Amino acid sequence: MKQFLTFVKKEFAHVLRDRKTMVILFGLPIVQILIFGFALSNEVKNSKIVIADYAKDNISQELIAKIEASQYFEIEKSLMRQGEIEAAFKTGKIKMAIVFPENFGHDLMHDNKSQLQVILDATDPNQATTLTNYISSVVADYQMELNKTNAAPLQILPETRMLYNPQLKGAHNFVPGVMALVLMLVCVMMTAISIVREKEIGTMEILLVSPFKPILVVLSKAVPYLILSLVNVISILLLSVFVLDLPVNGSVLLLIAESTLFIITSLSLGLLISVRTQSQQVAMLISLMGMLLPTLLFSGFMFPIENMPLPLQIISNAVPAKWYYIIVKNIMIKGLGFASIWKETLILLGITLFLTTVAIKNFKIRLA
Amino acid sequence: MQAVTLNNITKTYGKEKTVAVDNVSFTVNKGELFGLIGPDGAGKSSIFRMLTTLLLPDGGTATVDGFDIVKDYKSIRNTVGYMPGKFSLYQDLSIEENLNFFATVFGTTVEENYDLIRDIYVQIEPFKKRRAGKLSGGMKQKLALCCALIHKPTVLFLDEPTTGVDPVSRKEFWEMLKRLKAQDITIVVSTPYMDEATMCDRIALIQNGKILGINTPEDAVKAYDWNLYKIRARKMYNLVRDLNSYQNTLSCYAFGEYLHLSLKQDDARTKADLLHHLDSLGHLDVELAPIEPTIEDCFIKLLKN
Amino acid sequence: MEVVIKTDKLTKRFGDFVAANEITFEVSKGEIFGFLGANGAGKTTAMRMLCGLSIPSSGEATIAGFDVYKQTEQIKRNIGYMSQKFSLYEDLTVVENIQFFGGIYGLSDKTLKSKSEELINQLGLQSETKKLVGSLPLGWKQKLSFSVAVLHEPKIVFLDEPTGGVDPVTRRQFWDLIYEAAEKGITIFVTTHYMDEAEYCNRISIMVDGRIKALDTPGNLKKQFSAGSMDEVFYELARGAKRGD
Repeated sequence: MKQFLTFVKKEFAHVLRDRKTMVILFGLPIVQILIFGFALSNEVKNSKIVIADYAKDNISQELIAKIEASQYFEIEKSLMRQGEIEAAFKTGKIKMAIVFPENFGHDLMHDNKSQLQVILDATDPNQATTLTNYISSVVADYQMELNKTNAAPLQILPETRMLYNPQLKGAHNFVPGVMALVLMLVCVMMTAISIVREKEIGTMEILLVSPFKPILVVLSKAVPYLILSLVNVISILLLSVFVLDLPVNGSVLLLIAESTLFIITSLSLGLLISVRTQSQQVAMLISLMGMLLPTLLFSGFMFPIENMPLPLQIISNAVPAKWYYIIVKNIMIKGLGFASIWKETLILLGITLFLTTVAIKNFKIRLA
Repeated sequence: MQAVTLNNITKTYGKEKTVAVDNVSFTVNKGELFGLIGPDGAGKSSIFRMLTTLLLPDGGTATVDGFDIVKDYKSIRNTVGYMPGKFSLYQDLSIEENLNFFATVFGTTVEENYDLIRDIYVQIEPFKKRRAGKLSGGMKQKLALCCALIHKPTVLFLDEPTTGVDPVSRKEFWEMLKRLKAQDITIVVSTPYMDEATMCDRIALIQNGKILGINTPEDAVKAYDWNLYKIRARKMYNLVRDLNSYQNTLSCYAFGEYLHLSLKQDDARTKADLLHHLDSLGHLDVELAPIEPTIEDCFIKLLKN
Repeated sequence: MEVVIKTDKLTKRFGDFVAANEITFEVSKGEIFGFLGANGAGKTTAMRMLCGLSIPSSGEATIAGFDVYKQTEQIKRNIGYMSQKFSLYEDLTVVENIQFFGGIYGLSDKTLKSKSEELINQLGLQSETKKLVGSLPLGWKQKLSFSVAVLHEPKIVFLDEPTGGVDPVTRRQFWDLIYEAAEKGITIFVTTHYMDEAEYCNRISIMVDGRIKALDTPGNLKKQFSAGSMDEVFYELARGAKRGD
């Protein structure tokens, strides 16, 4: 027993004296609780929706007021035509559109039933389902209220239309997410480890003392991972098309081109990590903690970003995976072209250039 | 032109500015086999890293092949050969692949300078497809040497190439280095093994970042100005204790089979006194004879000063 | 003379490869026994069996009276170990290291306190006790390491290349410590690449290609091989080795 305690005492000493471990042991749970508690929820709040009221009668106004009163939606009222509504969905600005047809109130009074058009962006089927449920419950509530004062039962029928993913397949959401995750993981972690390994064995020293430009050493390490990652992307696409039944609605070439850009972004991130770390373990830790976790949390693929407090939303803008995820969704699922993603592409390009420059500037041509 | 020059080179590490290399100066002539002899932590690796431009000195200047180590580092990196400690090779590449790689890195081919490495390479050639990680210490040494030579460097820096290797392989390695000298390559080697010092043209003894002395091995021995004796008796442990408490002892320490002894006052009389003293203490089979000092004796004397 | 190590045809096989082949020898109490051999000759394998760290494939051995197959735990409790690669925890202080290793071997608090004072005074480390071992120069680390290994006065202490890379003066101080321990009756089993250290031993064995090819006092070996030094003896034996190169 005494021996056991001796060991325990020693282990405490090791742990308490290792600053890096302490940060992870205490910092990480606190950060996790804060993030999971405040930022991440599968609930869908503050979804941007558009209400087009062509009826402009008492009933439509009342129902709209009720919808407004619920906290779930951020409403933009405007009289959009069908084409404009579709365009708004394409840019991802809105998740749902509710259209009150011209004769909404009239039909309700005369036929005892009326239809309400509800259009949803179903690229995230969970979100779409949740929104449908919300709107249905608000409508049902209102319907019940109306029926208290009416003799004949009135029916308001929401007619839902799911855009982009009519069958509400989950794959639509997670395939792009997995692509972002896999590329990030392989490129960042593997590149970082590979370069740091050379430092650890000592071969990096020999390479430095040679005519070979160090930058070429680094690039030569990136190339195998670039090619492997492209192979990965193609395999994922093949699987998703033929096994998961999720077709690529947009241009495959564009998708591959954007993926290449994202790969390069990830490689430069890996490079930056390797330049600043001296041991493979630390490189791996930073890659996992620093890259994987934020990618999971802030890319928008598991948890909607709109739900997070503003500071975290701003942070999520720095996560390259977030932009890539949007790009992939737009191409694969919404079938859109470059015009819809030029902004995100530009942002990714900017991030890449920034990372690469910082990495190269920090690359040490000497040991210390 | 000197192959390597150091002028008041100093290097400190860390916030406390621990001094690893303390005002070191020496020169190496072209074609020389120069040994930097000293224990771990003496500053040998730091000096090598500065000379190969991997570290910047905190004070002083140095040149390699006439190039300044700070300003002209690129030129130095193009022409020197360097093997850091522990034979840094690619463990998962074969002998052949490692050699080809390093040749390419220096913009040459294995064939171009094959004559230079032939004598060494033929010893490992039968195993050329074996992965470097699976080689014995001696073979790794030979491969590392080939890789450092393959581009015909003007100056070769070898940092502790014989550490951790058995005495037989160590001896063979130094034979290889001697043969290389004939090819007019300047070789700077560091080692903690004192006995290897005699294989060098000139040596610098270093401890705690300071140079204790620079000389040819022969001159280092000549500079040893104490009389040195070897002495043994039946009970060595007691002999050491007794000699260390004897008032005429200048220094006495174990040296393999014998003890090495120097006396403060040394004439026929004091020698007789010594033997008499030991006899009175009950020592049997006492053997006393004068000897030539070795480099290790020189090192110990310099350390004690 | 009490025999503390006794082996009889001790062998270790890894598949087809025989790393240590029929090792047979005896070591008496208080002896300083040098265990030499080239890299790859099988020294480490043999030592691991003797320390109770590896079960032999065949053959017999008793270490400090305990059987090497069935009583490995008792063996470990009665021996000390020190190697060049690992000696002490660099991020613990001198005192903490002493306390830790003393604790593992079950020394009582009182014994530990008095022994640790003795050790610190003997090595002259009074002003360094609270320093992290990592900040000590190599020579002091090695000496401290040895002292810690014999803190619990084991019957045998195994030293694996303990003086590698250390300066000549410290090396000799280290051997002074070894001699003192041997005087106290602790048997020393040491491997080394320094041939002059082979001379400090009472007897040495030299392993080549997994077998013991020589076993005697340094003086007798030199006579046997008509050699002027242990260096030459070693060279004679080791250069015919097939393993390693």
